[in-house]
Amino acid sequence: MKNPNELHQNPNELHQNPNELHKNPNELHKNPNELHKNPNELHQLLSERFGEEHFEFHQDEKAEPWIVVSAGILKDVAKYLRDEPGLEFDTLMCLSGVHYHKEEQLGVTYHLDSTSMKHKLILKVLMPQEDARLPSVEQIWKAADWHEREAYDMFGIRFEGHPDHRRILCPDDWEGYPLRKDYQVQPYYQGMKVEY
Amino acid sequence: MGLLDKKFHDSNIIVVSLEKALNWARKSSLWYMQFGLACCAIEMMATAASRYDFDRFGVIPRSSPRQADVMIVAGTVTLKMAGRIKRLYHQMAEPRYVISMGSCSNCGGPYWEHGYHVLKGVDRVVPVDVYIPGCPPRPESLLQGFLHLRDKIMNEKLPVGLDASHPVVIEDHGDEDIRVRPASETEEHKKAQIAFPQQDVTRKKEGA
Amino acid sequence: MKNPEITLEPPVDAGDGLVAQQMVVNMGPQHPSTHGVLRVELTLDGEVVVKAVPHIGYLHRCFEKHCEQMNDYTKVVPYVDRMDYVAAMNNELGFAIAMERLMGIEVNDRVEYIRVIMAELQRIASHLLAVGTFGLDIGAFTPFLYCFIEREKILDIFEKASGARLLYNYIWIGGLMNDVPDDFRSDTADFVKSFRPKITELNDLLTENKIFVERTANVGVLPAKVALNYAASGPMLRGSGVKWDLRRDDPYSIYDRFEFDIPVGTGEKGTLGDCWDRYIVRVREMEESLRIIEQALDGMPDEGDVQEAIPKKIRPPAGEIYCRTETPRGELGFYIISDKSTSPYRVKARAPSFVNLALLPAISIGSMVADMVAIIGSIDIVLGEVDR
Repeated sequence: MKNPNELHQNPNELHQNPNELHKNPNELHKNPNELHKNPNELHQLLSERFGEEHFEFHQDEKAEPWIVVSAGILKDVAKYLRDEPGLEFDTLMCLSGVHYHKEEQLGVTYHLDSTSMKHKLILKVLMPQEDARLPSVEQIWKAADWHEREAYDMFGIRFEGHPDHRRILCPDDWEGYPLRKDYQVQPYYQGMKVEY
Repeated sequence: MGLLDKKFHDSNIIVVSLEKALNWARKSSLWYMQFGLACCAIEMMATAASRYDFDRFGVIPRSSPRQADVMIVAGTVTLKMAGRIKRLYHQMAEPRYVISMGSCSNCGGPYWEHGYHVLKGVDRVVPVDVYIPGCPPRPESLLQGFLHLRDKIMNEKLPVGLDASHPVVIEDHGDEDIRVRPASETEEHKKAQIAFPQQDVTRKKEGA
Repeated sequence: MKNPEITLEPPVDAGDGLVAQQMVVNMGPQHPSTHGVLRVELTLDGEVVVKAVPHIGYLHRCFEKHCEQMNDYTKVVPYVDRMDYVAAMNNELGFAIAMERLMGIEVNDRVEYIRVIMAELQRIASHLLAVGTFGLDIGAFTPFLYCFIEREKILDIFEKASGARLLYNYIWIGGLMNDVPDDFRSDTADFVKSFRPKITELNDLLTENKIFVERTANVGVLPAKVALNYAASGPMLRGSGVKWDLRRDDPYSIYDRFEFDIPVGTGEKGTLGDCWDRYIVRVREMEESLRIIEQALDGMPDEGDVQEAIPKKIRPPAGEIYCRTETPRGELGFYIISDKSTSPYRVKARAPSFVNLALLPAISIGSMVADMVAIIGSIDIVLGEVDR
């Protein structure tokens, strides 16, 4: 932020050769020798680096494959994914909280994207419902800031290390976490009836 | 002078009741508070813009509630917002009117059942004069709503007490507790009656 | 959790016995140029913004809860409309494509072409509103009226097809609500023909206007790296010079069949990534949309049942998908988890305005308080989408 001119000098650097990439977007995906890595390879890389026990690779026919990461090393994994040459996940597309009611678990799904390498990755973190806390990735991807606040607001997931950890959509004195499956809406809010 | 041009051959004096004159003045320049909440606000903007042109009814947007006569509640009122709407309503000067535009502000609209954060009708916090159905209502509907409001204003009566022989006192006790009492019942009036009983009598005698 | 306490710098002696102190100004939620019910808490040092804290949620309409509760995927579409109410067609398209990918539905060419034409017309309508109100925010009233004349023409086309002016419920999962009317092709062609010169008019009126340029150039500068880190998208990101458009970079529907450019900001009038750059991206995108519409009109097949692929009962297999499309405001993603029932287990909408607005504190620090209006206008937020 402090020195915008420096950053501005070469915006196209991010996309090493924007025109070429754009001409035929499908080409890159077809050619495995290119920069682009598939989730399987990424899982291999991560396991080698951080140890196999922290990761669980899921793949079925219908959904895109995802990797379950243990909450403890999430921040290191995130930093590695962003900074490692060849991976360069520079954007956090989406961060969503999920309530797995049957399993009594809360989950957070991270959809990562690399604008330069053109590959994507889905990470998941699962936590017990009673004590849902995990490290914040706000310092790594600023995009996580409001998404994490939303996940806290809607599911009651606590993000440790978040600089501004409070509700975002509901008012500050709202009761309960609306998107949990067992949510009971409060009958009155500041004297106003909530139900129809 | 538009419609009234050359209608009066002799002079430019019209005899009309005070009530009608006041109502006519009020209805002809309804300034609304430019206060969009949701989808309906876009239709409100469209109504004010080129094709539908609100201005021809003397309806002009104002940004401040202090300058506005009518508040168009255009969109979903959430519980977080409801308090603000109430405050804005109280900031408007009397006489003030409220148009509830769209199903959401009428009754919660599509959010009536599962919308835990939606106020089911703006009439739970402020009194509403005209309800406009639709999701969102077309600009024509909004114009129609304004025409209904104009009709309503035209039928307004002055308070009974404004007849000079029966003065009333309007007392504001706060929190919308407004009472109207005949002036003859107030303490001040009784005091006045006792202090200057003689004057009244003399006036009557003179036949003034 | 409570609101963080506002901490101000201690008062300083300004000489002549005067004491200067920072001031907190509350902007919104009732403010003519916050584009809805946004509230920003500004800490000012004189006229310079030291800190800006946006407060959102004044239009939180529980979209995600409604998706889970509706008990039918088709009933979700109207709520998707009401998310970004300025670009309802694009939202519907995003949701429909996500569901079709999840269920493995293929739609025929006629549906695809109509969808693309509708989406691009909607993009123009949305940008017209954005550009018009942006001008209005910083004092130019006339362009707003001119933009709305053109916007009404597009809404007429939509109205003929769907019956609604603003929220259409037109693009369904697996097809369309109904086929377009017979004169759709000629109407759209007429509009395209008449709209081109109007862009030139708009450029004369607003783009090159001295006052407008002075108010927007070098204001609210957003460097490309910051934009990427904040996951900004749409004109917000392209205004900073990054050539990133999902229609090109992650093609969906039939966008790979069309030829069009991706306009990016170049810092013509000031610094790269300022408000003027974001504005000009929108204006140039309208031209590109016209190009796409022309090509789509040429390629649109005359035959084809638009409802042939619509499933009788929508019951997708268990699984999950994240699908993103390019709306006028940027990347709209739907993260849908299905548990094989008739309603989704979880829908998360990654709304572009929500993410773009998070940048406001970063780009407004150091600007003048009067420029806040220009910055908010250039982000082009729709609060329905920010709060959902």
